[in-house]
Amino acid sequence: MIKFFNYLGATTRASFTKLGRATYFLIGILAGIGSVIVRPRLLLKQLHSVGVLSFLIITISGLFVGMVLGLQGFYILSRFDAEETLGVMVAASLVRELGPVVSALLFAGRAGSALTAEIGLMKATEQLSGMEMMAVDPIKRIISPRFLAGFLSMPLLAALFSAVGIIGGQIVGSGLLGVDVGAYWSQMQATMDFREDIINGVIKSIVFGFITSWIALFEGYDAVPTAEGVSRATTRTVVNSAFSILGLDFILTALMFGDN
Amino acid sequence: MPHTNTQDTLVGLFVAAGIASLFFLALQVSNLSSFSRGNTYEITARFTNSGGLKVKSAVSAAGVKIGRVKSISFDSKTFESVVKMDIDAQYSTLPDDVTASVYTAGLLGEQYVCLDGGGSDDYLKNGSKIEITNSSLILEKALAQFFFKSAEEKKSSSDDKKGNGKK
Repeated sequence: MIKFFNYLGATTRASFTKLGRATYFLIGILAGIGSVIVRPRLLLKQLHSVGVLSFLIITISGLFVGMVLGLQGFYILSRFDAEETLGVMVAASLVRELGPVVSALLFAGRAGSALTAEIGLMKATEQLSGMEMMAVDPIKRIISPRFLAGFLSMPLLAALFSAVGIIGGQIVGSGLLGVDVGAYWSQMQATMDFREDIINGVIKSIVFGFITSWIALFEGYDAVPTAEGVSRATTRTVVNSAFSILGLDFILTALMFGDN
Repeated sequence: MPHTNTQDTLVGLFVAAGIASLFFLALQVSNLSSFSRGNTYEITARFTNSGGLKVKSAVSAAGVKIGRVKSISFDSKTFESVVKMDIDAQYSTLPDDVTASVYTAGLLGEQYVCLDGGGSDDYLKNGSKIEITNSSLILEKALAQFFFKSAEEKKSSSDDKKGNGKK
């Protein structure tokens, strides 16, 4: 019994300690962003590995998600003779929810795990301590550029996902199933609002980009410097990112679309 | 890994594609460009019942969308709904005796304000009020009236029959 309470207390304390370390780490990253702006080359390289290499998975998934939405939406809407509103359904669900959320989940799986593994391995092979020995701050030199790259590419990737998905929905809806192209677009344009839908979607993806990059980098930086530790950290990155993305999505949706 | 020119180009392409899709969403999907907010004028109409009309519902004349509903409020003195509408400034020659009606697009569609009729030489200006309005048709009310009427007719006709039978 005593052992159980001991365990409970130790786990709780450990998780709060970890949260504290993560917060310190975040402050360090944000303080280091100034030095990234002075050296944009570092950022450019990370934008390549984080953004450009995620480009393909995001566009292809977006296309297929849009096409599936087109198919499913058509079957349901055609029961009510409302196939023309297919465009609204595809666009609203992509821009408001699926675009930011699915691209953030893919981003956590594709780029977040890679970031954790990279940083964790750097720590395991003592490259980070080596940098400190040479009086180079690893947070400024290694972490901050990666954070900024993740933060910047996430909204772009989510917008790409939505745009490609809407086109995918059009390909299926009007190409295969015979919804009028003009109705697809005009119904969409009449219903979708710039401030309400597009901007809120972009805000969501910015928040997700922030949280995913933070988790990925922290888990890597905090990893136990062994092969097993790095593998565990990578798993934790994907799991924790997925949880926080979906949880935050609920909160953000309630805040943004709750009042009507 | 050394920096290469190709890497820079790829990053540039990625950022350009991302920004292009943001523009695509803004312009093509939400149609930000077609209705400018700057050049509008405001008119007011009072309805006894504005039904399911919402802020941003369409205002149309002859089936063409010429503006949007800006605000809907309730006047507790007259028990009326006060609907303010923004009309695109290019339609500045609406006669000031038009009729404003709340209609439904299709049987279950969205409600919108329709402006029609009118032949006055004076035009609606910023802040004008529309005097003649038709409230929205509430389906339940109309159905209730219809059933009430048909029930009454049946009753009276069956009364007649009973009366005839007795004789």
